[in-house]
Amino acid sequence: MPTVLLFAAVLAPVALGYFFGRRWALGAGGRRVPGHFGIFVGLCALLPGLAVLALWLALEERVVTAMAAAALPAGLAGLPAERLALVMNQVANIAAGTVAAQSEAMAAAAAHYRALGGYAQLLMPLAVAAAAAAGFMAGRRMLRADFAARSAVERIVLALFMVCSCAAILTTVGIVLSVLFETLRFFEKVSPAEFLFGLEWSPQTAIRQDQVGASGSFGAVPVFAGTLLITVIAMAVAAPLGLLSAVYLAEYAPRRVRAVAKPLLELLAGIPTVVYGFFAALTVAPLVRDGGAWLGLTAASESALAAGLVMGVMIIPFVSSLSDDVISAVPAALRDGSLGLGATRSETIRRVVLPAALPGIAGSLLLAVSRAIGETMIVVMAAGLAARLTANPLDAVTTVTVQIVTLLTGDQEFDSAKTLAAFALGLLLFLVTLIMNLIALFIVRRYRENYE
Amino acid sequence: MNDASQTVSVVRAGLHKRRAAERRFRLAGAAAVAVAALFIAFLFTVIVKNGLPGLWQTRILLTVELPAAEFQGRGEAALKGANYRKMVRQSLLGLFPDATTRGERRAAAKLLSEGAPYQVRRAVLADPDLAGGALTLWLPAASSVDIFHKSGAGGGKLSDWQKQKVAQLQAAGRLRTVFHRGFFLNNDSRSPELAGIRGALAGTFYTLLVTLMLSFPVGVAAACYLEEFAPRNRWTDLAEISINNLAAVPSVVFGLLGLAVFINFFGLPRSVPLVGGLVLSLMTLPTIIIAARAALRSVPLSIRQAALGMGASKMQTLFHHVLPLSLPGILTGTIIGMAQALGESAPLLMTGMVAFLVNTPGGVLDPATVLPVQVFLWADSPERGFVEKTSAAILVLIGFLVAMNLLAVIIRAKFQKRW
Repeated sequence: MPTVLLFAAVLAPVALGYFFGRRWALGAGGRRVPGHFGIFVGLCALLPGLAVLALWLALEERVVTAMAAAALPAGLAGLPAERLALVMNQVANIAAGTVAAQSEAMAAAAAHYRALGGYAQLLMPLAVAAAAAAGFMAGRRMLRADFAARSAVERIVLALFMVCSCAAILTTVGIVLSVLFETLRFFEKVSPAEFLFGLEWSPQTAIRQDQVGASGSFGAVPVFAGTLLITVIAMAVAAPLGLLSAVYLAEYAPRRVRAVAKPLLELLAGIPTVVYGFFAALTVAPLVRDGGAWLGLTAASESALAAGLVMGVMIIPFVSSLSDDVISAVPAALRDGSLGLGATRSETIRRVVLPAALPGIAGSLLLAVSRAIGETMIVVMAAGLAARLTANPLDAVTTVTVQIVTLLTGDQEFDSAKTLAAFALGLLLFLVTLIMNLIALFIVRRYRENYE
Repeated sequence: MNDASQTVSVVRAGLHKRRAAERRFRLAGAAAVAVAALFIAFLFTVIVKNGLPGLWQTRILLTVELPAAEFQGRGEAALKGANYRKMVRQSLLGLFPDATTRGERRAAAKLLSEGAPYQVRRAVLADPDLAGGALTLWLPAASSVDIFHKSGAGGGKLSDWQKQKVAQLQAAGRLRTVFHRGFFLNNDSRSPELAGIRGALAGTFYTLLVTLMLSFPVGVAAACYLEEFAPRNRWTDLAEISINNLAAVPSVVFGLLGLAVFINFFGLPRSVPLVGGLVLSLMTLPTIIIAARAALRSVPLSIRQAALGMGASKMQTLFHHVLPLSLPGILTGTIIGMAQALGESAPLLMTGMVAFLVNTPGGVLDPATVLPVQVFLWADSPERGFVEKTSAAILVLIGFLVAMNLLAVIIRAKFQKRW
């Protein structure tokens, strides 16, 4: 069990360090808190060990591949970079046992590759333990009678806290950079204008180089149109239902009903999307198809309507719970004023409360739209794959998220326009949802400040 | 006087209409809530109705003849290599002497699961003395027989002849339905009656383990820094905006990040729980940070001031007083975050956790899949028998989610202090 070994390699020096530090402080006498010394030495052992572990996991594959590539026989080693990468990919596959070796040389290379991988697996716990031991020794050296262990520990912990607080920023930057780079590579092959305004989307046919129109099938407008259609259907369900239930729960519902109904609505947001997808494909899509047939309409078996309806139900809580908060936050004075002038409750709600809460409600609707655009599993399971430019909700359409998932699942080389297109769609998706989220958050915050 | 009475009469005239409008409006609100509740009821009915039968399995009682001639040679190799398929088939045909044509014999053989010979083989390997004799045991029926028997209605794929044979078996008491432990103990399979969620459960465990071990410490540390130590400047504002925004970024985008950074850039292997867990921990991080900050904020200032006044450092105040007091809130948030991660599948599809795997993963670097992705895979399978397996897997998934959320509720109710 290398995982257990790894844990031991990281944690054993830490425990040792802790007890050593404690013992030292106890032995040295004086007015010290031995725990601080223990924690100090323990941290000194922990941090280098973790750093080496992370580095090792991040770099192992590359180093092993490079070493195996360097050991390739002369005939293979002289290849240009891309060919070499292909060869190494194949070597890795042979080593994993998924592909049979074609030649003697490849088999040997694979064996070498596998051996290197085995050494790396063995060396990893050793390297981690060595780093931890080095940290331990360094920490031990710093122990003096006048050493301020507590403030040292606190400085280290504060620094760790600071690093952790940057994780979210790093993730955002990571998303932007990773998606942006691949998108730029995509735009080297397909012009942005064509991607944004082209009317034909058939990336699957653009695999072969010699194909007619191999670069002419990345017009994403039908994909956007499909996304828009499903989003509109979803919002047509979620906006009225969500708003009405928010109004009911905030203004009318007796306390007991509210105590049951509010968690019930929130339950909708807690059900995994894959469950909705299964439900949409198994139950709702046939219902829509049969209903259409009954009305004399032909509905595709993977209609936009089925996916949109189910998605609409899924995002009801995103509308209702935020709108509920916003409506409850409208000052009672406004309500009392209106009621005092003789308006009924519904008139008060429609003419006073809702207009007052409008910015917040708009924010909640925007957030719901951004959810609907980014929702993946429901449409992957219940909407189609073929991009079609249509406004008929009974047709099968495809969406941005479906295309991203289908273009990237399964094995594929990473330089084809087909896979890069997924990143271009991803960048667009990220930007659109980012803008909507920021506007929504801004509106909601402004609104809260208005009444607080 | 005249004016006033006119006003009153105008108001009165409209009152009836306005009251009706009021009732309609109120009803519409209640109806909206009812529609949502009905949808939930419908959804759960469908899933439970489809899924509960998936936890049960139809078996056929069969006496398998194990003629000594089939075990020529001695020792393990003969036991392992014997043609159990043929022996099971012969014994099964023994039950149907009227199956004479080739087609009928083939149809009869198809009543039993493809996995039946393996079960016989296991039994013989466990008890080598059986070789040469006979063995009576309940063997799993084929998926189509299973569906037919459990639903009692027209089970699509069986021919009339097969249905008649199934009825015969039932009349002879050779058919029974038992709780399907294999659903939890087997790995994935192409045959619905043999497929189980063990591999997916193990994969889920390792993936969530990675997620928890990364997102909990990092999230709590970030929350502590932002809430207790951070100066208010551009940098912390940026951190705050990124956290709020990340909470609303579509999950596929996290999948793209995982693919581009962890797999392409760092060269980590595809399909492993380590990568899946990394991606999921980035997704749950905002949830945990936001919850932890709220929990820290709810600890009253007087506690901090008392500790500081007694000479504790800020770090000691945090670790000795503020953190323990806010721990219930932090744990609640973490559990909810983990529940979200448990239900997530889109980013995992893109980091390759969708492979068909027949082995149980043994660590964070073994190829694996997770429960929701297993649901997705089964939902995609054309075999009719996978519908109930998919629903049953969903039941298990929802069971875990309910348990986690209940735990969160209990922790909140029991340990959280109101100041």
